[in-house]
Amino acid sequence: MSTEPLLQLRGVNKSFGNAHVLHDVDFSVYPGQVTALVGDNGAGKSTLVKVVAGIYGRDNGDYIYDGKQVEVHGPRDVAELGVEVVYQDLALCDNLDIVENMFLGRETRKGLVLDETEMESRARETLASLSVRTVKSVRQSVASLSGGQRQTVAIAKAVLWNSRIVLLDEPTAALGVAQTRQVLDLVRRLADRGLGVVLISHNMGDVFEVADRITALYLGRVAADVATSDVNNSQVVELITAGRSGSLGISDNPATATV
Amino acid sequence: MSTTPTTPRTSPEGGDKMATGDFAGDNRSAATLRDSVGDYVGRLRGGDMGSLPAILGLVVLLVVFGLASDEFFSLLNMANLAVQAGPICLLAMGLVFVLLLGEIDLSAGVAGGVAATVAAQFIVDRGLPWYVAVLAAIAVGALIGLIIGELVSRLGIPSFVVTLAFFLGLQGVILYMIGEGGSVRVADPVIRGLTIENVPVAAGWVAAVLLTLAFAAGSLLRQRRQVANNLQHDPMSVVLIKISVVAVVILGLTAMLNINRSLNPVFPIAGIPYVIPVVVVLLILWTFVLNRTAFGRHLYAVGGNAEAARRAGINVLRMRVYAFVICSSMAAISGIVQSSYTGKVSTASGGGNVLLYAVGAAVIGGTSLFGGKGRALDAVLGGIVIATIANGLGLLNQASFINYLVTGGVLLLAASVDAISRRRRSAAGI
Ligand SMILES: Nc1ncnc2c1ncn2[C@@H]1O[C@H](COP(=O)(O)OP(=O)(O)O)[C@@H](O)[C@H]1O
Ligand SMILES: [Mg+2]
Repeated sequence: MSTEPLLQLRGVNKSFGNAHVLHDVDFSVYPGQVTALVGDNGAGKSTLVKVVAGIYGRDNGDYIYDGKQVEVHGPRDVAELGVEVVYQDLALCDNLDIVENMFLGRETRKGLVLDETEMESRARETLASLSVRTVKSVRQSVASLSGGQRQTVAIAKAVLWNSRIVLLDEPTAALGVAQTRQVLDLVRRLADRGLGVVLISHNMGDVFEVADRITALYLGRVAADVATSDVNNSQVVELITAGRSGSLGISDNPATATV
Repeated sequence: MSTTPTTPRTSPEGGDKMATGDFAGDNRSAATLRDSVGDYVGRLRGGDMGSLPAILGLVVLLVVFGLASDEFFSLLNMANLAVQAGPICLLAMGLVFVLLLGEIDLSAGVAGGVAATVAAQFIVDRGLPWYVAVLAAIAVGALIGLIIGELVSRLGIPSFVVTLAFFLGLQGVILYMIGEGGSVRVADPVIRGLTIENVPVAAGWVAAVLLTLAFAAGSLLRQRRQVANNLQHDPMSVVLIKISVVAVVILGLTAMLNINRSLNPVFPIAGIPYVIPVVVVLLILWTFVLNRTAFGRHLYAVGGNAEAARRAGINVLRMRVYAFVICSSMAAISGIVQSSYTGKVSTASGGGNVLLYAVGAAVIGGTSLFGGKGRALDAVLGGIVIATIANGLGLLNQASFINYLVTGGVLLLAASVDAISRRRRSAAGI
């Protein structure tokens, strides 16, 4: 690749008890690119995201950010690096409005008092900069939003903090066609702004549309880390289901080597 | 955002259209009064009833009791009603914090009883000044809340079980402190004066006018700031209507309470009972905390979605403890005011239907039993409704079984309205 990765995991292993879930995983996130993380159910995608997010520790392996090896001990350390995660269940408060949700836990204040002017303006700016035009008002309660709009708010919340990397765990899984469209456009725009974006998706159409790179996990191992332009749909499906495709993929069959 | 785009890949559509103005087209304000009314009706239809049930209920009650009893609308009874509402409103205000988190505190009434007993005994038995006694009582309330909160949040015992245990246990504590069948007189002029003395008429007017002006100025400045910064705001007409309503209520009540209500021409009684300023000050305090501080915002967040709050870095367990501490502290204040009204604390203080009255008040006012929705103002509006029921039934000299039946029925009705409106809210997505 022409650019240096913004974030790199090298040789990461992760076990839960004696279930060895991630095997020597190398994973890179590049600025300005969408990296699709694909793999069958149970391949370890969510586990990998949680390792990146600092929710799970690593058994071994390096966490390299901006070319430097860093120690991360929890989600807060990772957030401080500028890495934000949009979880599949979104975690929004239905009883709060969009602005309140976007700033939740990190409210700006003037002394004791919440600085609503600053928060509402910044929320509006952020949504505007993401070209979000489907939301009626930023003071609308989140309960009144559609699935796609909620996803949008969750993503906007993640980029509000000058984050440099955003990881999205299956953001379109529950959405209809039009809403999926909106979210994919948004994902693309984030990358175009220079952020490193990680997209977990089972939908090959989505992956091929927005991703610059594809990292395929197979039973906790990286089967391939390739540019989207170098592979086709059926190759990726083979990588997901069998761990290899022609010259790509894991040479020995790990199915026998693992659990 | 902080890095420059390196290898931009333009998606089939949208990716290159970074028009910053797109979102600027969102609604900043319902442009006209008519739009605002439309919004409001929409929210009502969607099940967000706010305080409407309390206000409608109050109107119905006033009409019914006014027709049934000549005494009901007498100035003396109206002032009495205001005083009776005081302790209910205060206790309900405390309960709002716990209800906001979807929890319940069944022990709040008797916690108030314990606190009032502490205050009364400090004054009677130890001769301590009233303010020491009051502070000690509030500290006792806070301690009770702390223990309940820790049990609920650290051990994860459902709050209704913990507080039911406290409901029983604290009654035992009161019995132990006062002795079987005993009581402690509350005669301290300041504490007793809360409910039997009135603010001088002139001072009452000054305070009422200042309060009205402060509210008007605050609303107008806020609106101006919102317009200046291009934020979402209510149209001017709505702001003015709100100011007018508040002015009419404050000045109207002040006028009513400042008329001589004595039946004896030799001893005029006029002025706002001191308990009302106490309620108003606490109403303003807690409204400020809930609406304007991060602490309040986090309370709503925990009540709305505890997992989301946790992921946002909010210490959910600690918020829970704080809610119980605030609730029991407010219960202490409520207990003291109640003891001021009755002139004593007894082994029954804070028991009986005290707690149900307060829960009913909060829920009738619009606070949800399911968490995430509630205001300090709800407690006051609902408290007035509940006090009106108690007062009116008292005047009608009904057998006390009627009183229990009616109060139980009202609580059930309020909870049903809450549950139904919640269902409609989730269906309408409000
Ligand atoms: N907390 C956990 N404890 C034990 N096993 C886990 C835990 N989380 C995930 N696993 C296991 O790790 C494997 C990968 O899971 P996951 O990362 O959720 O996969 P994916 O997101 O790709 O579907 C699965 O076999 C799952 O059972
Ligand atoms: Mg998963």
